[in-house]
Order: sequence, then structure tokens, then C-alpha cells
Amino acid sequence: MTDTFKIGEHEFTSRFILGSGKYSLDLIQAAVEHAGAQIVTLALRRATLGSIDNILDYIPEGVTLLPNTSGARNAEEAVRIARLAREVGCGDFIKIECIHDSKYLLPDNYETIKATEILAKEGFVVMPYMYPDLNAARDLVNAGAAAIMPLGAPIGTNKGLLTKEFIQILVDEIDLPVIVDAGIGKPSQACEAMEMGCAAVMSNTAIATAGDIPAMAGAFKQAIEAGRTAYLSGMGRILEKASASSPLTGFLAD
Amino acid sequence: MKVNGEFIPASEGLTVNKLLEQQGYQINRIAVEVNHEIVPKGQYSTHMLHDDDVIEIVCFMGGG
Repeated sequence: MTDTFKIGEHEFTSRFILGSGKYSLDLIQAAVEHAGAQIVTLALRRATLGSIDNILDYIPEGVTLLPNTSGARNAEEAVRIARLAREVGCGDFIKIECIHDSKYLLPDNYETIKATEILAKEGFVVMPYMYPDLNAARDLVNAGAAAIMPLGAPIGTNKGLLTKEFIQILVDEIDLPVIVDAGIGKPSQACEAMEMGCAAVMSNTAIATAGDIPAMAGAFKQAIEAGRTAYLSGMGRILEKASASSPLTGFLAD
Repeated sequence: MKVNGEFIPASEGLTVNKLLEQQGYQINRIAVEVNHEIVPKGQYSTHMLHDDDVIEIVCFMGGG
């Protein structure tokens, strides 16, 4: 049986959500292909005159687009950006970001819940970026989120799973896909998130700032698959004292 | 009128569609807001623009 996961009514086999920020358009296609990503995030900005190249021309056919509401400082602005993003005509997915802290770019869970409630009612598939707090996560479930996206570390830091214990609580308690977003800096950290039972990992900066972008996208893909397989396999137990791996009988000497 | 933060004169009988054509935008790549209200693509050719309108034309770009 194929291992899939669902966001709303949509089913995916790839558990790697790839960001498209901070690297050139001509590398996006290779990165998406090496990542095996079925979901790619985008931002919405003022269109600039004379720019003929459009990012949509570089994203392979069949990939689900996940626009974010980056730039929104509160629920009202997030809702406005989400509606505009849907009007471009690339589907109903939206990743909510409500951020008014420019130093650490930490999400405002309260405004995020408000935006989730409004947009879910309007038929969006809402994927909120959030600070890993169980109460807020429960509110997001009730508000109609299709997944939750807790941060591992502040956006763009590549610091890894600083919030690991709190993400684990969400994985254990929340009956929606938990997708670690932000902060994942290397494949081993993505693997660890998957070993914990997260449904998927989203990464942008770790790929965008790598020496070889497509190769790093491929490395993340393998790490995420390994972590998922390990999670499904069930981890071996941990003991305080040694337990021999080789038989303790039948030695060569008497 | 103000388009993406820049003042430009609104000519007589200017529709959203004409503005987009004049400025060279691809309709299937953008969304348009006039005075904070989204203009659906189906209304581009009938929605008239006025001198005091504030217009936002947005598109996707790379982001995380």
C-alpha cells in the first residue's frame, strides 16, 4: 500500500514541501524535481512592469501551489492576501503567515487563528504557520485548518528543531497533519522531524543557501523518506545497560 | 489614479482590461484589486477605472 497523507481532500505521496524563495527561477525546476516535491510555496507581491519571466512558468505541471500570506501583520491583511492569491487562479491552498515581529519573524498565533477561521469558511485549504503551542493548535483545528505548520526555529536560521519537544506534543495530540515549517537547516533535522511522526517537512532556506541547490533538495528528499520509513517501522527500544547484539554462547574457546 | 503605488493618469473610458494590456500584464498570472476590492477576471473588460482609484496588481514570486 502506498504511504500517502491528506491535506483537506487532497492526497500526496511526497512529504517534502519546498519553498521557492531566495533562489533563481532557473533553479526552481531542478530543485522541485530533485526534491520530488508535490507542493511548492510562493509569495504574492506587486507585479513589476517589464518582468516577462513568471515563476509559474518554472514550476512543473501537476505541482500543487501553496501561496503564503507573507507580509501580513494581522488576520485582516492575511485574509486580503489569501483572497488575492486565489484570484490569480491556481487553487484554494493558502499558508497563513501573520507576523508583526520583524526581528525573529515569530508568528502571531492569535491573529493566525482568526484568519484561519475566516478563510476556512470561504473554502480555502488553510495551512497555518504557527508557534508550537497546544492550545493554539486546538483552536486552529476548531477554526478549520487542514494542517498545522509549527516552526522548528525562526525563519531562515537553519537552526533545526529547537522546538522539538513542543512539536512532539502537537504530533501526539492533534489529529491533523503536523508539518514542520521554518528553521530546518539540514537533512538530518528533516529526518528527525519525520522520525517523530510529523506528516511532512517544509524547507526553503536550507535548500536556497546550499552550495548545490538541486543536490541538497535531493538529500532532503532521501532524509525525509528515511525518517518516514523509520517512524512507520517503529523505533528500537532504549536501554540503560548494554544488551549484546551477538549471541553470548558458542565461543571458540571452552 | 494610483497603480501599485505609482500615480498615472486615467484616460477616458479606461477599463481594467485596457490598463493591463497597456502595461503588458498576462491576465492569467495576476490578480487585481481596485480600492481594496478584488475585481474578478470576468469583469476586467467592463470595470471602468477612475482618476481617484487605487489599483493593486499582484502576482506570484518565490517565497517560503
